[in-house]
Amino acid sequence: MKNSRLLQIIILVLGFGFLYLPIISLIVYSFNESRLVTVWGGFSTKWYGELLNNSQLLDAAWLSIKIGIINATIAVILGTLAAIVLVRYKRSKMRSSLDIMVAAPLVMPDVIIGLSILLLFVSLENMLGWPQRGQLTVILAHTTFSMAYVTVVVRSRLISMDRSLEEAAMDLGAKPLLVFLTVTLPIIAPSLAAGWLLSFTLSMDDLVIASFVSGPGATTLPMVVYSSVRLGVSPQINALASIIIFVVSIAVLVAGLMMHKQEKRLAAGG
Amino acid sequence: MNGVMKRLTRLATTARQYVPALIAAIPMIWLLLLFVLPLLFVVKMSLSEARLGLPPYYDLIRSIEDGIVTIQINFSNYMILAQDSLYVSALLGSLKIATVSTLLCILIGYPMAYAIANAPRHWRTPLLMLVILPFWTSFLIRAYAWIGILKNNGLLNNMLMSIGVIDEPLNILYTQWAVFIGDTYTYLPFFILPLYASLLKLDHSLLEAAADLGAKPITQFFTVTLPQTTPGIIAGSMLVFIPTMGEFIIPDLLGGPDVLMLGKMMWIEFFNNKDWPVASALTVVLLVALIIPFVLMQNYEQLDHGDNDR
Repeated sequence: MKNSRLLQIIILVLGFGFLYLPIISLIVYSFNESRLVTVWGGFSTKWYGELLNNSQLLDAAWLSIKIGIINATIAVILGTLAAIVLVRYKRSKMRSSLDIMVAAPLVMPDVIIGLSILLLFVSLENMLGWPQRGQLTVILAHTTFSMAYVTVVVRSRLISMDRSLEEAAMDLGAKPLLVFLTVTLPIIAPSLAAGWLLSFTLSMDDLVIASFVSGPGATTLPMVVYSSVRLGVSPQINALASIIIFVVSIAVLVAGLMMHKQEKRLAAGG
Repeated sequence: MNGVMKRLTRLATTARQYVPALIAAIPMIWLLLLFVLPLLFVVKMSLSEARLGLPPYYDLIRSIEDGIVTIQINFSNYMILAQDSLYVSALLGSLKIATVSTLLCILIGYPMAYAIANAPRHWRTPLLMLVILPFWTSFLIRAYAWIGILKNNGLLNNMLMSIGVIDEPLNILYTQWAVFIGDTYTYLPFFILPLYASLLKLDHSLLEAAADLGAKPITQFFTVTLPQTTPGIIAGSMLVFIPTMGEFIIPDLLGGPDVLMLGKMMWIEFFNNKDWPVASALTVVLLVALIIPFVLMQNYEQLDHGDNDR
């Protein structure tokens, strides 16, 4: 028994070492004085300073944040509607086809989504003169795959939630919309928040789809990062990566704690 | 006035009947228009003829004159794919890299999921969060991190050389090995999560029964645990296999020019060669190759979730 406990710890240490060493090395070398990323030249924060003066990068970051926010908001609405249909509607043809349509974008390689949606936009533009490729087309494409992730998160919450509260409200004469807004929505709210954050990070992170559907004047952050990474390793990218990792870790931690608390409260209350 | 009100209420009641259908229709229509319909456009483009200029293709529907529609279908793009060994090796390369990466994910991910599922209860959630966290940080940046590690004068080689394991740097970056590592690293969380879920649902009374009957832990594992978690293994494997088949960023950044894969090939045809029809034909090939893994994934995920329609 003791042996197996030891083995378990060794597995976890090695596994998490594999998952986290690259991230840690990235952060450590962002504080490297030397331009050569792999040679340690002393501690310095100068790359962070240079980042602040890189206006191309800052513009792209701002654009990506804007796209991410709009995308996440639409994706949460669409994804929640889809989750409701998948969990609450009785078995029907429509339900199972929606199930497949939601599962497919989750695993579909980005190149396929990117090319296919671009061809749609090009045909539309030829016929109607709309939409111009740029911010709008990136948002539409991002929302299409982000909503699938929201559906997964909200769906599992809807399945596990206790429906007796809804039934009680209904028995007291509340209309379905009122029940949804006052009972269901607060219960599934943490999953909506998690879905929003997930959609936002997915959008901030996407290089391939944006490269296909974006147009002149709409260069997103990953597109800028990619073109500089292709030229080789650069400490500025390390600094940017460290900032992103820091922000994301805080967000995930807060979201995790929030969901944990909510779950405890629900468990205690119900 | 009264009549109008009555009619309005009646209208409202009928409208209310359609609310459920409306709720279903909104995400349905969105996905049909922006996910399913675009795939048909790819098929259409793959049958078109390439040309120099803008747009870089001839439309399938050549002319509509006197109500007669002339459609010119052109299979030459597929012929090009079948005849040029470059594209055949790209398909084989994709299959090989996706298979090896999936196997590596099973080898690393199964013990990890098992160790997490058997950890003390209050440790499980934090450990699981640690598995998910890298997935939230940028994909591009995680691939980039491996460049610094695998380079000839990178972290790994420097370390191995300083402890004297090797005399010359290992050539890993820009080979298929770097792609295996990058894919495994990136998709490991996708494998661990569904497997962890199915390990949690393991029926422990069966393990006890096996132990009572004198089965050693190893026998218990192979006769009880492994068969019960097979649906989780298959679902998780497909979550790794499908996206790696069409992966672009990892083979592009970590693999050299010798590493041929469908996603990378298609990117080159589209962006560098501006050959939209051939890029589309490659995409159709990729889609067809993914149908069987996708069906497998859907079936086993459902098996694993059991009936979630309560």
